Amino acid sequence: MSDSITLHISRYRPEQDDAPWVQSYEIPYHRDTSVLEALNYIKDHLDPSLSHRWSCRMAICGSCGVMINDEPSLSCKSFLRDYIAAGELHVRAMENFPIERDLVSDLGGFIDHLKTVQPYLMREQDKPTSEGEYLQTPHEMGRYKAFSQCINCGLCYAACPQFGRNPEFLGPAALTLAQRYNLDSRDEGQSQRMAHLNEEEGVWSCTFVGHCSAVCPKDVDPAAAINQGKVASTVNYGLNLLNLIRGKHDG
Amino acid sequence: MPSPTDVPLHRKAADIVIVGGGGAGLRAAIAASEKTPGLNIALVSKVYPMRSHTVAAEGGCAGVVQDHDSFDEHFDDTVSGGDWLCDQDVVEYFVQHATEENLRLEHWGCPWSRKPDGKINVRAFGGMRTERTWFAADKTGFHILHTLFQTSLKYPDIHRYDEYFCTDLLILDGRCAGVQAIDMRTGAQTLIAAKAVILATGGAARVYRYNTNGGIVTGDGMAMAYRQGVPLRDMEFVQYHPTGLPGSGILITEAARGEGGVLTNRDGHRYLQDYGLGPETPLGQPKNKYMELGPRDKVSQAFWHEARHDRVLTTDKGDAVNLDLRHLGEARINERLPLIRDLAKTYAAVDPVAQPIPVRPTAHYTMGGIQTDRHTQTPLPGLFAVGECASIGLHGANRLGSNSLAELSVFGRVAGEQAAELARHSDAVDPRRLEAQAVENARRWEQLRTTRGEEKMADIRTALAHSMEEGIGIYRMESAMQQTCDTLAELRERYQRLGLQDHSLTFNTEWLYAIELGFLLDVAQTMAHAALARQESRGSHQRLDDFPTRDDERYLKHSLAVCRGDQPPDMNFQPVNITRSQPAERRYGDAMQSPREAV
Repeated sequence: MSDSITLHISRYRPEQDDAPWVQSYEIPYHRDTSVLEALNYIKDHLDPSLSHRWSCRMAICGSCGVMINDEPSLSCKSFLRDYIAAGELHVRAMENFPIERDLVSDLGGFIDHLKTVQPYLMREQDKPTSEGEYLQTPHEMGRYKAFSQCINCGLCYAACPQFGRNPEFLGPAALTLAQRYNLDSRDEGQSQRMAHLNEEEGVWSCTFVGHCSAVCPKDVDPAAAINQGKVASTVNYGLNLLNLIRGKHDG
Repeated sequence: MPSPTDVPLHRKAADIVIVGGGGAGLRAAIAASEKTPGLNIALVSKVYPMRSHTVAAEGGCAGVVQDHDSFDEHFDDTVSGGDWLCDQDVVEYFVQHATEENLRLEHWGCPWSRKPDGKINVRAFGGMRTERTWFAADKTGFHILHTLFQTSLKYPDIHRYDEYFCTDLLILDGRCAGVQAIDMRTGAQTLIAAKAVILATGGAARVYRYNTNGGIVTGDGMAMAYRQGVPLRDMEFVQYHPTGLPGSGILITEAARGEGGVLTNRDGHRYLQDYGLGPETPLGQPKNKYMELGPRDKVSQAFWHEARHDRVLTTDKGDAVNLDLRHLGEARINERLPLIRDLAKTYAAVDPVAQPIPVRPTAHYTMGGIQTDRHTQTPLPGLFAVGECASIGLHGANRLGSNSLAELSVFGRVAGEQAAELARHSDAVDPRRLEAQAVENARRWEQLRTTRGEEKMADIRTALAHSMEEGIGIYRMESAMQQTCDTLAELRERYQRLGLQDHSLTFNTEWLYAIELGFLLDVAQTMAHAALARQESRGSHQRLDDFPTRDDERYLKHSLAVCRGDQPPDMNFQPVNITRSQPAERRYGDAMQSPREAV
């Protein structure tokens, strides 16, 4: 059974347009049509000039983040059927990012933030692979497992009012990534990472709105990670202070 | 709007250019940087690296680790799984280095699933006689890719060109001396001169209508190499994964069967026992190389026969069989197959805890690709290729699941080190010497951007995908293959009359899709003509006409498709490197018990 539905899509072509504007498209509607499939239908059959990012179609590559009715969403994991009741379906580029074109956001700053938190295992001495794996029990892995599920889609940045105000804020995904490594029993790099978390653009910029966790398509719960980061930052601050006092006394 | 002539050409230089930021490209970049610190390594990708299709690999990554397993057994499983079309020196090197590379990923932070004592856990996989598949739940590719991407951030010598769409290899004095790419953000033509180039661009299963692949998997590197005269090898061997979702083709990992899932037909019958994979194994007790743990080619072929005998389910998205996981129970499904549960709920509206998942074979993997030797060197000096885009000779006529993720690390490292070595001993390429070539290429791409022909891109792409399913599917016949070859020739001709509506420069995806469609057409043509030329049945290439059996006399050979401009490829053959395993009959299930005769 096929019906039709109208999508209102925010267009922006920097070579022609001064500001985003809305274009409406009527497309055939099936129960299981995803918003991504709707966008691809428009691209193939109605308007080849519409630009959007996508690839895997199964919510793992993180390419297709957009705002659907003002909610940050993966277009491949959102279905037209869920918007029928709302009566309206608006799609626009992710909030809080500069727009490159149509639904394509400029993610450069976000990707740079990932690098800032040094998201890799750091050890004072790495052992050769001939000595086998670093042991890690399922329980130890459980401490960071959820935080390792982030697909870098950027939806949490689109949901974060702090990032909207200050793009220098490292933001939910990068802070979660730092916490993912800090909690890894194989890692010894926490003190280096804390330097970034302690800074003004680190964990303390977060005002715990929690919308980041609500929109996460992979249940990563960045708000929890940042909260843990705040605790760690406080402890780290205390230890640093202690060392400073000790250092003074020793000196 | 800028005209084709006034678009600027940006010039860059690097020591090594790597095209593709998936598992193979990232591993190569790290290896090159470690081998020779100080090299300028350009990592060029049309997507941010963590979007690369490695991310969608689910089940696992092979590497011998158990005491009762051995490199020899992994070798034997791979060679027989590949129906003896594997280069055995390559397989030998691979099995000996896979575990080491998996461990290196572990040292870099990859969250491999563990046993209670903290050691690496392994699971069963199709065609493997022993559990040797490392896994990170059912998101193994995702975790490998993110681990490699994050680790790559440690290396200041790796300079990323994210969202640069590579269009051409640049050639100087008979060597590959750089690449040309479009900066997707601005549409600017960019040439990057280099002493060595590594292609790591992935597969090409988007030539099919129903496939497990992401939209970006369009055979770019294969086509770029082919256009410069590098042969594409064994392109007729395309793997249909037995369990994709009907309609979308979304992948449901083989690990679902490794963990004990079973396939049943319309009557609830475990039909694989009727296709040389039996006898039926008890529910909840999967047995290696039996039934659901048979190799992918045979399991997919069994579906085809079931469908022909009208024993499959009819869904609103076409034929399917049931993949039943219910007996595993909710806890184990959540622990081992969380993504599968999520995918089934989201994209098939079934919860596998309570209902079977409807599945069917869908195009998944190209065993063939850019011809390389065992050092990842292509016949074009200065050019290396690795991963799914390459044909190094590992997979033969049918790849075993979990060998390809391991391939990315094992040979990604080789490619990076080889390229570093070459770069260390080579003089810098002066970008100005590549300019005339790059300007000529740019003129061609600009012409495409502004083209106003009457043919619609989506029509050509859809016709291509249907024609490939029709002629170059699970089973093949001369007449249907010839029909596909004819259709492809006609589609190439229509492609010349393509019309684009978007003539802008900023993130013009219509233009980029048009370039990809050109790549897809080239690659599809090599697949179809290679299939027609191979007059035997082997592995994933099964013929229903006059050639239903393997013919080692005539075809224990790799096929080579060589570009002839707008004409279909020239087909040649090349010997297979057989070191110690002589071709024999492939056997699974109880047939393994009877003495094997050489054939």
